[in-house]
Amino acid sequence: MSATIKWYWFASPQSFFPLAGTIARVCWLGAALLAAGGLYVGFFVAPTDAQQGEAYRIIFIHVPAAWMSMFLYLVMASWAAIGLALNTRLSGMMASAIAPTGALFTFIALWTGALWGRPTWGAYWVWDARLTSELVLLFLYLGFMALQAAIDDPRRADRAGALLAIVGVVNVPIIYYSVQWWNTLHQGASVSLTRAPSMASTMLAGMLLMALAFWLYSIAAALTRVRCIILERE
Amino acid sequence: MIAAARCVVARDLLLALRRRSDVATALLFFVIVASLFPLGIGAEPNLLRAIAPGVIWVAALLSSMLSLGRLFAADHADGTLEQMLLGAAPAGVVAAAKVLAHWLVSGLPLVAIAPLIALQYDLPAPLYGTLVLSLLLGTPVLSLIGAVGAALTLGLRGGGVLLSLLVLPLYVPVLIFGAGSVDMAAAGLSPQGQLQLLAAMLVASAAFAPWAIAAALRISTE
Amino acid sequence: MLEAADLECERGGRSLFRGLSFAVSGGELLRVAGANGSGKTSLLRILCGLLSPDAGEVRWHGAPIHGLREEYARQLVYLGHAPAVKDDLTAGENLSIACTLAGLAASPQAAREALARFGLPAGEIPVRRLSQGQRRRAALARLLLSGTVPLWLLDEPFAALDASAARLAEELIASHVAGGGAVVYTTHQEANIRAGVLRVVELG
Repeated sequence: MSATIKWYWFASPQSFFPLAGTIARVCWLGAALLAAGGLYVGFFVAPTDAQQGEAYRIIFIHVPAAWMSMFLYLVMASWAAIGLALNTRLSGMMASAIAPTGALFTFIALWTGALWGRPTWGAYWVWDARLTSELVLLFLYLGFMALQAAIDDPRRADRAGALLAIVGVVNVPIIYYSVQWWNTLHQGASVSLTRAPSMASTMLAGMLLMALAFWLYSIAAALTRVRCIILERE
Repeated sequence: MIAAARCVVARDLLLALRRRSDVATALLFFVIVASLFPLGIGAEPNLLRAIAPGVIWVAALLSSMLSLGRLFAADHADGTLEQMLLGAAPAGVVAAAKVLAHWLVSGLPLVAIAPLIALQYDLPAPLYGTLVLSLLLGTPVLSLIGAVGAALTLGLRGGGVLLSLLVLPLYVPVLIFGAGSVDMAAAGLSPQGQLQLLAAMLVASAAFAPWAIAAALRISTE
Repeated sequence: MLEAADLECERGGRSLFRGLSFAVSGGELLRVAGANGSGKTSLLRILCGLLSPDAGEVRWHGAPIHGLREEYARQLVYLGHAPAVKDDLTAGENLSIACTLAGLAASPQAAREALARFGLPAGEIPVRRLSQGQRRRAALARLLLSGTVPLWLLDEPFAALDASAARLAEELIASHVAGGGAVVYTTHQEANIRAGVLRVVELG
């Protein structure tokens, strides 16, 4: 009973404000530490790949960023759905706070994918299925942010964005599948750009460390942004 | 409920009849866009034959998206949209009826004109059937998904462009399977799989989109 | 019949009203008064369900309207600021469409008579060519066909009307109230409607 009351108390933006600050500070620190560890493993400890040489090391940023971009869209849509269902102000703010970070990771995934493509396949962009899906995901994020930016009334902005996010999240698997199929139709059995070389355990460890680092970064960034939004609106 | 739906469809068709130029401009846009590609790429027959399905589909998609602005904006401006939301029929039914009328006026004519564009691109005759069928199945899906975007962006500044940004990513699967089905047929393979997927998308969007549209309309008219 | 409990509304960062409660029964007339921008239109929209209040709820015969949707919508007529008529259709077409959508049966004959009483030609003129006052009258003509609808929510019904049309509107409202209906209307003019029990809610 007391746990439920505590939960509802934090659902109020004013009460959540200080808590968000504390969690954010912890996460910034954790993210920095894990990132240092992950990058060390990725760039110094993991062995050189037989086929791709040193260039492959960029997957330590590219793959975790891609994971985060998809994961964050799911989280954003969940907050949005909660906000619509329970009519809480904070849920909508959280969804709005997550969006820019999600868009950032999508952009990083695309950028690092292009950087990986150049030395490996000779071109910056080869319409690989995964990268194309990431591109569409970036448009979904930007659309969400643009819609919220275009609406003055915060309540309408939250609810409209929430509906868009939910429609988007339902469509993401369909988009992913259709792009996969499109890729096989038009490019035959070309090797996927984003298929990592067979994983040595150190490589996997490196990617997981980076993924965790990105996750903590996302939490920290989202919470810091939510504090700004709370200050703006209340 | 059926009476209300029939009334809404009849009303929208009547309004379109009295504003024929609006409808005609969207169709003209379809034809013009399709005609631009050869001008930009060159008129090499083999190339045109290869890009025809994609070009026709993209042009249909853009034309459909342009006409979405007309779907709710006028009713929202003169207050009739609110009255429809306060009517005796559920908002989802009203939304579905409006989308149906919109498709009859903006989507179906595209399907009818598409063979003419295909002629311009010298698409081989056996592919016409697949092209028309893919458009027949796909354009209603475009209208349904687009209507959600149109409802969300009611009355906002930056309207048309914002609507495009919201809706185009969601159009990607329809485009891929629509144009892809014709490409499959062109390669001598059966387009059945893609057409069935389009049909499935049509059924799913017809079932779920009206409620999303109704929710978006309520959010936008608050 | 209609009950508002603890309504709160905030628009554009400003709190319009808070803790607003009142009730309207059959045979009663509620006038919402207040200066421009005091929230009269927002209150009416909350009452008809187009706008959700920031706090509180509206109840129809004891049940919250949020759960009632169409059943509640069938019991009311809402005439807002905009005349809600399509410019490209004639007044007659507009009226019959409005009635069909509201679930009211209205024969073309009845529609013609309603328009005639408000001094409008039902004929072939699209609404675009009517004056502002004539458009308001075309919208109000709907009230003549809504006798069976218990609740009337009217936002500034007398705006842009000349004296005779305003008198006709007053008569309509009075007879509806006398017949057991309830009318909630906003105005910032003083109106003389002699019927039923008059309550006033003052905003701002």
